[in-house]
Amino acid sequence: MIETAAAKAPAIEAPAIEARGVGRTLPGPVPVTLVRDVDLTIATGSFCTIIGPSGSGKSSLLYLLGLLDRPTEGEILLDGTATGDLDEGDLARIRLTKLGFVFQFHFLLPEFTVLGNVMIPMRRLARIDEEARHARAAELLASLGLESEGAKRPDQLSGGQRQRVAVARALANDPAIVLADEPTGNLDTHNADIVFEIFAALAHEEGKTVVAVTHNAELAARADRRIEIVDGRITDSG
Amino acid sequence: MMLGADIALTHLRGRLRQTTVSVLGVATGVGFFIAIAALMEGSQRDFVEKIIDATPHIVMKDEYRDPPRQPVERAYSGGAVDLRGVRPEEELRGLRAAKRILGELRARPGLFVAPILRGQVVMRHGGKDVAASLIGIEPEAERHVSTIEEDMRGGDFDLLRTTANGVILGSGLADRLGAAEGDTLSVSSSAGIAIRMKIVGVFHTGVVGIDQSEAMTLLKKAQVLLGRPNVINRIRMKLADIDVARAEAAAIEARYGYRTESWEEANESILEVLFIRNVIIYTVVGAILIVAAFGIFNIISTVTFEKSRDIAILKSLGFRAAEVRSIFVLEGLIVGLAGTVLGWAFGYGLSRVLGSIKFEVQSFTDMTRLPLYEWPGFYAIAAAFAIGSAVLAAWIPASRAARLNPVDIIRGAA
Ligand SMILES: Nc1ncnc2c1ncn2[C@@H]1O[C@H](COP(=O)(O)OP(=O)(O)O)[C@@H](O)[C@H]1O
Ligand SMILES: [Mg+2]
Repeated sequence: MIETAAAKAPAIEAPAIEARGVGRTLPGPVPVTLVRDVDLTIATGSFCTIIGPSGSGKSSLLYLLGLLDRPTEGEILLDGTATGDLDEGDLARIRLTKLGFVFQFHFLLPEFTVLGNVMIPMRRLARIDEEARHARAAELLASLGLESEGAKRPDQLSGGQRQRVAVARALANDPAIVLADEPTGNLDTHNADIVFEIFAALAHEEGKTVVAVTHNAELAARADRRIEIVDGRITDSG
Repeated sequence: MMLGADIALTHLRGRLRQTTVSVLGVATGVGFFIAIAALMEGSQRDFVEKIIDATPHIVMKDEYRDPPRQPVERAYSGGAVDLRGVRPEEELRGLRAAKRILGELRARPGLFVAPILRGQVVMRHGGKDVAASLIGIEPEAERHVSTIEEDMRGGDFDLLRTTANGVILGSGLADRLGAAEGDTLSVSSSAGIAIRMKIVGVFHTGVVGIDQSEAMTLLKKAQVLLGRPNVINRIRMKLADIDVARAEAAAIEARYGYRTESWEEANESILEVLFIRNVIIYTVVGAILIVAAFGIFNIISTVTFEKSRDIAILKSLGFRAAEVRSIFVLEGLIVGLAGTVLGWAFGYGLSRVLGSIKFEVQSFTDMTRLPLYEWPGFYAIAAAFAIGSAVLAAWIPASRAARLNPVDIIRGAA
């Protein structure tokens, strides 16, 4: 009984993301340090928020955690695996299969339809056929309340709708980790609420690891954990 | 990669206006290049062909290339003695041993030979005196070395043989004299002989220099008029293969010593002008291509640069830098190809229009329409330039953007 519990115990499972002594300094005549001395462990299946004043390095930290940017010091581990030696192809593969990004700006491809945008990561991965991709994209859109918007183009949608399409695209390949950089920054309270509810559900119902940057304290309070950052340093890791 | 092609096409369709402008930019460059190159090359070839047709391929003259060395030079070669004011001994005008030379030349394969006596005369008609070159010919031989029969505009070449004192004039010469077929001229030479000759025909070679100053009569008649019985001073030759003219002329000159000029040498000054013209033409045509290439480059690189954000997005979604770049290079390639095909059609059409314009100009030769030389190579060169610059125009900004850390673009765009 104890043995089985121990085998299953989430405690010995490697954390989804781990930062060890991470720092990031931009080179230049006057080097700019974006983030310094970050030690952080984010458990699989948890919903964390990163809060802090504007310019404190929230985005920089999130990009590092999502391997979009690479640290100048320390290292980032995903599922217990160091990422420092990965080449461009490995990183692309990880972004494609394991990570989903949502940014403050929706960053949808303007020439593609809503459905087309959501399907792009699936087509790139090519793990399922076109019919299944279509079905999955439609299902994702429906779950985000966008069932009738699939054929529209991004510029025919409201800001809240676009952001939800961006969420659907981030989820297209069923990533284990979802990273969001102020996803509600351009949204009204109602839409911001909806997006955060979705994130909570992803973590609590689907077991995904969700890390969202926000400077809205009220929204941050809904997460399992709040990580606070000031001047590139973590001042409270929740 | 199907997805890449789909993204490329969707981009191009989604920005139809820019795509159209890019394609038209490529097409314009390609079209103008093709038309202008065809025109330039065409007019030159037409010109050279007219010269080749109207003039002998090789002419042997009763001259030596270098004046004979003087005895004093021979005696003190390289010495300090310098003899000035020496007049070379007047060479007896006319080719010596002409019969033997003619016989031997006639035996050479691929060579047609015609002896002539050429001399200056003054022609008088209706009170007008005009200096002309009178050429005494043997009609049967002349037929084989020139296109004179085809060049006849009035009268008949054969009448030369059957008419006593018959002469045929270049069209320009006839105009200057105000004379026409059937008229009678008074022709006098420096030998002090004057006879009346009847115009039995007018020829028009298209080479202005010939048409304005030359007249032909029978060799025997010319020999009498010029006071040189049994003398010929030139041998005109036509080759079956024009390309060996220079070598053949050199060989003949080496054998007989007489100055023997190929058509290239005879027209050297004109060919030099043509060479300079070629340099100018190809500078202009090259400039057109380069300007077009810059236009193509500008449009495509701007579009690609504006798409940097998409490049960052695709990278954040898990595309590799090379894949993203290939999407944009493919867009450049599609624009380049579409523009090239359209430009080919445009260039072809433009050539047709230019080729159908009629007009009259007289310069070295006369033209009645613009001669075109439609060489497939021009289409290939234009295509290579257009597609090359379109691909390069996409490649450079796309690889720069693809190499960039997507974070830099995402930060900048937010
Ligand atoms: N490329 C850059 N060059 C110079 N400074 C930068 C650059 N990127 C970010 N910064 C600076 O680094 C700090 C952290 O930025 P960021 O991570 O975007 O903060 P936040 O997301 O918390 O607003 C800010 O002061 C920002 O101005
Ligand atoms: Mg930020």
